[in-house]
Amino acid sequence: MTLTERFRDPEAARVVVDRIRARSNRPVRLMEFCGGHTHAILRFGIPSLLPDTVDLRSGPGCPLCVTSAEDLDHAIALAEVPDVILTTFGDMIRVPGSRTSLADAKANGADVRVVYSPLDALQTARQNPHRPVVFLGVGFETTAPMVASAVLTADAEGLDNFFVFSTHKLTPPATVAILNAGEVALDGIIGPGHVTTVIGSDAWRFLPDEYAIPCAIAGFEPLDLLRAILALVQMAEDEDPTISNTYARSVRAEGNPAARQAIDQVFAVAAAEWRGLGTVPRSGLQVREVFRRFDARYVFSAAPPPSLRPSGCRCGEVLRGVLSPPECPLFGNACTPRNPVGPCMVSAEGACAAYHQYRGWPS
Amino acid sequence: MKDVIRLAHGAGGKTMNDLIREVFATPLDNRYLRQMADSAVVEPEHRNPRFAISTDSYTVRPLIFPGGDIGSLAVHGTVNDVAMSGARPLWLTASFILEEGLSIATLKHVVQSMAEAAQEAGVQIVAGDTKVVERGHGDGMYINTAGVGVVPEGVMIGPDRAQPGDVVLLSGTIGDHGIAVLSKREGLAFETDLLSDSAALNGLVESLLSAAPLVHCLRDPTRGGLAAALNELAETSRVGIEIEEGRIPVRPAVAAACEMMGFDPLTVANEGKMVVIVPPQEAQAAVEALHAHPLGQNAARIGFVTDDHPGLVLARTGIGGRRVVDMPLGELLPRIC
Ligand code: SF4
Repeated sequence: MTLTERFRDPEAARVVVDRIRARSNRPVRLMEFCGGHTHAILRFGIPSLLPDTVDLRSGPGCPLCVTSAEDLDHAIALAEVPDVILTTFGDMIRVPGSRTSLADAKANGADVRVVYSPLDALQTARQNPHRPVVFLGVGFETTAPMVASAVLTADAEGLDNFFVFSTHKLTPPATVAILNAGEVALDGIIGPGHVTTVIGSDAWRFLPDEYAIPCAIAGFEPLDLLRAILALVQMAEDEDPTISNTYARSVRAEGNPAARQAIDQVFAVAAAEWRGLGTVPRSGLQVREVFRRFDARYVFSAAPPPSLRPSGCRCGEVLRGVLSPPECPLFGNACTPRNPVGPCMVSAEGACAAYHQYRGWPS
Repeated sequence: MKDVIRLAHGAGGKTMNDLIREVFATPLDNRYLRQMADSAVVEPEHRNPRFAISTDSYTVRPLIFPGGDIGSLAVHGTVNDVAMSGARPLWLTASFILEEGLSIATLKHVVQSMAEAAQEAGVQIVAGDTKVVERGHGDGMYINTAGVGVVPEGVMIGPDRAQPGDVVLLSGTIGDHGIAVLSKREGLAFETDLLSDSAALNGLVESLLSAAPLVHCLRDPTRGGLAAALNELAETSRVGIEIEEGRIPVRPAVAAACEMMGFDPLTVANEGKMVVIVPPQEAQAAVEALHAHPLGQNAARIGFVTDDHPGLVLARTGIGGRRVVDMPLGELLPRIC
């Protein structure tokens, strides 16, 4: 049996599901922070296995979805600056800004290139020494270290045509913002697996300690997720909130100090604008002053016109866990993956896309 | 904003099907095109033999990948499209669009591998064309091939022929090609000894049809993967399909790579696999015939056709959950969260 099979064993899954059913009495609402979790949960049909007492809500953990329309409009304006090569992670190019998307800009002549890693963007800069190469840095604590190390490499090599447009965000402050807003009562949080490999499970201590909410860190295999749900159900039943790490094969209490140090060297913590959450204090990463010559926000003066608000899209509420995607009146009618109205229907990690792509069986 | 072609229009999913329907189908309409099959079956003045005709263009990066290259792929792909009508492929044509600066050694390698693939598949390349485009106007090389084959008498295979009660078979593991190619893409390179499954399926089809002549549908799940192939069959035949994900063979290396990048293996491309839809009385004979052939050793019964939920593909997941298998939307992009 391979490593992956071990976490997909139907027998083992049945045992965990039976225990969830046996333990769960009072209704609980659990939030999976991470968009990757939302997709895995729906792809494996986990909701169809759970008792009615367990309600899963997706959270703000889709990096592209939480990128504000302002930042996206700004990035599109940068892509339209003559000679600029704008590089970004794949899905970003399809996400609608307030008027157009990077895909529109690309189809109309802007040089927008999809890369798999910021190191590719660095390579593009080396190969095109006479053109400015901007990397659109999106993502949480998982992608930030790679971007930081790209900046450090550019610095060491003396590259003067590589720039980063940082929209990087931090996950614990977003969770705090949701809890403080008090719009949705949560009985447990499924902690993001990859993020927590970097920040460490101790970074979630505040959940049990200050909010009396249990947190279970999970991987992306079905059994990881079922075990995390079981742990949260047990803690909720016992009223004994703590941190449970069901992804110990990757996650340590202290995280990955080297990755954190790279982030810290290049970025400073600052307030950030989230789609759905608005301005959240100390929740973003901006390029430190010493590295300003790599900061696209500072170097280029491309100023986009003020952003428009998309009409009817309730992504904000979806990202805050207030609304489950099928509750949006546009879901599946006016808004489909083919004709998305909001970013949550575009991104591979978006909750609306996941609920649409992997919807349950018709009754 | 002008409506323009985007990458997703070529990715084999919903976006591409919409383009075909909205732009090509109506002005070019005729009864053969309307079959919406991998190859069209045409009858010269309604007399035998019937011919199957198909054409496809190949654009793959890198040009040479583990287990094959654009040349072998261009032969296998078109041979397979012709074979998916149950036809015996006989002749191919090949057009090359070469980018200025392409190395002659690479071109020779690709042509040599086309020759070998054609010989192995028992087809001849009987006409060709070459164009050169300026540097920057082509990814090194594009190849278009067209193929013609003869449909044996009595064989009636088409994407509209699936019937409730039919059994759905799959000839082997899924996702090998897509993941092998991706593993060599710049910036994503990861270590794996996985090879593309690129192979000509006409021999396998022949063995299958001699054991199970009543096969209703054949489809090779290329771009868009198994999910796209099953959705197209369900839609064209106006039937529902139910599959058991736990029965679908997936190599551990493919499962691990998909897990890492957040892909659903059902949507990853294959170049040497086929879906077979067969009436229940021939299912066992069909599975045995597949198993007896080197390209069908991992063949499995993965599901059945039903008259419930026409047009929808449903899956019971590996852990017993239930979900819809949708038509994939476009390109596969690794997750970043
Ligand atoms: S279904 Fe569409 S419109 Fe509704 S919240 Fe999701 S993305 Fe926005």
